[in-house]
Amino acid sequence: MKLLTHNMLTSKCMKAVTVGYPLGINASDVRVSEVDFNPDFIAKIIPKVDWAVLWNAAESIGQLEGLPKDIVENYENDHDFLKKAHHVLLEVDIINGELICPETGRKFPISNGIPNLLLNEDEV
Amino acid sequence: MSRPEHLAPPEIFYNEEEARKYTHNSRIIDVQMQMSERALELLLLPEDQPCYLLDIGCGSGLSGSVLDEQGHVWVGMDISTAMLDIALEREVEGDVLLTDMGQGCPFRAGAFDGAVSISALQWLCNADKKSHKPVQRLYKFFSSLYACLSRAARAVFQFYPENSEQMELVTAQAMKAGFYGGVVVDYPNSTKAKKFFLVLMTGGNVPLPKGLGTEEEMQGVSYISKREHVRQARGKSLKKSRNWILEKKERRRRQMKEVRADSKYTGRKRSGRF
Repeated sequence: MKLLTHNMLTSKCMKAVTVGYPLGINASDVRVSEVDFNPDFIAKIIPKVDWAVLWNAAESIGQLEGLPKDIVENYENDHDFLKKAHHVLLEVDIINGELICPETGRKFPISNGIPNLLLNEDEV
Repeated sequence: MSRPEHLAPPEIFYNEEEARKYTHNSRIIDVQMQMSERALELLLLPEDQPCYLLDIGCGSGLSGSVLDEQGHVWVGMDISTAMLDIALEREVEGDVLLTDMGQGCPFRAGAFDGAVSISALQWLCNADKKSHKPVQRLYKFFSSLYACLSRAARAVFQFYPENSEQMELVTAQAMKAGFYGGVVVDYPNSTKAKKFFLVLMTGGNVPLPKGLGTEEEMQGVSYISKREHVRQARGKSLKKSRNWILEKKERRRRQMKEVRADSKYTGRKRSGRF
C-alpha cells in the first residue's frame, strides 16, 4: 500500500466512527521501488493530499528523505520538490503491517501490500 | 447458464481456480478491456491529463491495466482475496484493497477524480449473508462513493442487471445518494453485444451520452422498385416463398423424413392452371 493511498483512507464506514482520519501505521515491512515520475500528476494531486498526515506517515516509517514539512510555494515548477513528493507518495510501499483507527483502536492488517478493510457485522 | 451471483457470494465464487480461469480466458480479457475503455470514455475525463481514479470491484486488475495504459493512477477495491492475489501477480500499478463495497467506500471527501466499475455492481443486489439488506448496502455504497468523489467527477458502472426491477433498484439508491444520471445501453438490439452502463454524475443535470449502436434505425427507408412483401420482423421467411420451402425441406431432412432433392424447380411459380 502506497502512502498516497494511506493519505486517502479513513475508517468512517465503521458505525462508531465520526471522522476516522488519519489511520495510524505500524509497518513491519516497507519496500521502496522505482516508479515512473509524472510531474503533471504530482502537481495535480498535491492540493488533494493532507500534507501534515503525509509527512507524519513518512516519518513514522523512516522514509522522509528530506521531504519539507510544508508545501513549498510555487511547487508546480519546483522539480526537486515534485520529485521528493513523488518518492514519498508513490515509491514507498508498505508490504506488511497494520492500520489503526484513531477513534476505536481497531487494527486493519496489511499483508502482501493489501490492507484488509473488511468490517465485522457488528461494526457496520 | 445461471448467473454467478445466484451460485455463491463473490468472495467464494471467485476462489483461486475460478480467479485464474477468469484472468487467463482470452475472451473475457477482450470483453473486459473493451468495457473498461468504453467506461473511461463515458467518464469524460479532461483530455491527456493523468487522473486519480477508483476501480470498484477491480478483481484481478483487468480493468486496472486499461487505467494504467491511459496513464491514470488508481486505487482498486475487491472482496475476493483470490482475485486480488492475481492482481498482485500481474503487478498492476494501482494499490488494491480488500473491502466489501456494500460496507461503503472508506475514503476522504473529494479524493477521486472519477470512479469505474466493470461487471461488479450486480453482486451488490443479492443478500449473501443473513445480515445483509441489499437496499441498505446499495445506499451505503452510493452515498459513501458520492462523498469521496471530487466536484464534477463521474462514476461509470458497467454491470449485468438481472431484470428491470434490479436496474430500477440500483438507480433509485444512486439518486437517493445525490447522484444525477442514468443508464446508457450500448447495442440495445443485440442480445450478445448489449451492455448496460450506469453513468452517475455528482453535479448538475447534464444530458446522458447516447448508447452505441443506436444509430442504425434512423438511416432511412430502403427503396426497392419491385413490389415485395415486407420480410417479417421475426426473422423467418415469408410463408410459401422459395426460401421458406427450402428451409422447411431442410427441417424435415433433419427430422429424417423423406424429402425430394432441391432443384431449380423448387418453389417455381406455377401457372394458374397447374
